[in-house]
Amino acid sequence: MTTQPVGAAATTSTAMLEVRGLKKIYEGRGRRVEAIRDLTFGVAAGELVCIVGPSGAGKTTLLRCVAGLLDCTEGEVVLEGRRVTEPPPGMAVVFQEYGRSLFPWLTVWQNVELPLKEKRLPKDRRRSLVEESLEAVGLLDAHRAHPWQLSGGMQQRVAIARAIAYEPRVLLMDEPFAAVDAQTRADLEDLVRKLWRELGITVLFVTHDIDESVYLGRRVIVLSHSPTVVLEEVTVDLPDERDQLTTRSLPRFAELRSHVYELVQRAKRGYRPEGR
Amino acid sequence: MTNLIRRAAVALALPVALVVLWWVATADSTSIFWPPLSRILGVFGETWFTGRFTDDVLPSLARLFAGYLAALLLGVAMGVAIGSFRLLRALVEPVLEFFRAIPPPVLVPILMLFAGIGTEMKVLVIVSGCLWPVLLNTVEGVRGLDEVLRDTARCYRLGLRARLFRLILPGASPQIAAGARQALSIGIILMVISEMFAANNGVGFTIIQFQRSFAIPQMWTGIIVLGLIGIALSAIFRMVERRLLGWYIGVREAHRTEG
Repeated sequence: MTTQPVGAAATTSTAMLEVRGLKKIYEGRGRRVEAIRDLTFGVAAGELVCIVGPSGAGKTTLLRCVAGLLDCTEGEVVLEGRRVTEPPPGMAVVFQEYGRSLFPWLTVWQNVELPLKEKRLPKDRRRSLVEESLEAVGLLDAHRAHPWQLSGGMQQRVAIARAIAYEPRVLLMDEPFAAVDAQTRADLEDLVRKLWRELGITVLFVTHDIDESVYLGRRVIVLSHSPTVVLEEVTVDLPDERDQLTTRSLPRFAELRSHVYELVQRAKRGYRPEGR
Repeated sequence: MTNLIRRAAVALALPVALVVLWWVATADSTSIFWPPLSRILGVFGETWFTGRFTDDVLPSLARLFAGYLAALLLGVAMGVAIGSFRLLRALVEPVLEFFRAIPPPVLVPILMLFAGIGTEMKVLVIVSGCLWPVLLNTVEGVRGLDEVLRDTARCYRLGLRARLFRLILPGASPQIAAGARQALSIGIILMVISEMFAANNGVGFTIIQFQRSFAIPQMWTGIIVLGLIGIALSAIFRMVERRLLGWYIGVREAHRTEG
């Protein structure tokens, strides 16, 4: 099994995103809840890394810390050499709740264009970016619709189009396909792979779906139960050319999948690395 | 088309029935206080369309609009500020509750001391009544903004202007509209009341004049005029609301068909 010792990848010099000793304790009304104990990992530029863990593993907390939406208690998140204290430029986030992350009072086009206006891009550039990204997710025809007129899968496509039109160097995705049906989900997974390969962006993809994490990622970081630490980093040595049918029926896919599955099962039972 | 006719018929059935009832019930009335509807309608034209429309109705409406718009602007501006900052909210909320609990008509004698009995006083009375529903609903609307939407706006680093005009105001607009609707009916009431205390024109003033001079049929026409103004204003309000909140109606319908 190709696994690396915990934290080994964090020291690579090309790291786009580094999470070092991240700890998050929620405090309120005399209660302290330790959500994340100690997380250290890195994501190289142009890499697609999946984070998987049992429900309640603090995946969303981690992602919100990485996105700069939440202050961490200890440790730091470093993006392109700069410490993250607020949402940094060059980062886009796709949330699980697609229905709540698109502006219902704007059309599809306006939703995608709004962040570009904030970047003060000239009109022509905005138009071509919006057009290209809507084309890439196959929704150019629907650009005049409002989000609530579209199906769930289509809404999440709009959110993805908005993210890629923003031209981020890092794309964070927080269980983006958890709320869409299985077939749409497979399509969207392929869409993410395609966009990732075409655009060369760095993607951090959080999911609770083990198959999805192995299918999408070049590396899978398995988290323990809360208070969270890294259980293991699994390198996915599958060919870069993937498709739903052949990749998923590869023996190697099955091996990796069952390895990650076992890890997550152990995490659910409360297993944690020695002394952590 | 037939659908439209049917809807119109349903909407008009009860009003027509009530008018007929009024007509029949008062047809032989000899009471000075309950003149026959035929007499009331008979004097309607000469009462209102020989100068009173421009001399009384329009000034009343102008004061209503001035006060209402000022209350809207003030209420939304203060509501956005209070809804956005927790400390500010904690600071002013008890005071707001106090002011809201004061029935605006009792302010008329007080405002007369400061602002005289002219237009300013009446506009101020209308503002003082219309402000609260707008303000409190705006605060609620801003507080109730979706967390994910807020996070999205932060992630894409929307500036202050875009946050205000693309996130906060549209997001709170359904609540603001609810407050504005309450404020409108309060505004009409205060428009009349402020004119009943002291005035030299206006619908409320005219009705009181008729009552004091025992011009009872004319007094009744004034009440009908007020009713018609109310209907017209709420129709205009609904039209504006439909335009501005088209998306909200759509979202609600989308949820209904899902659930």
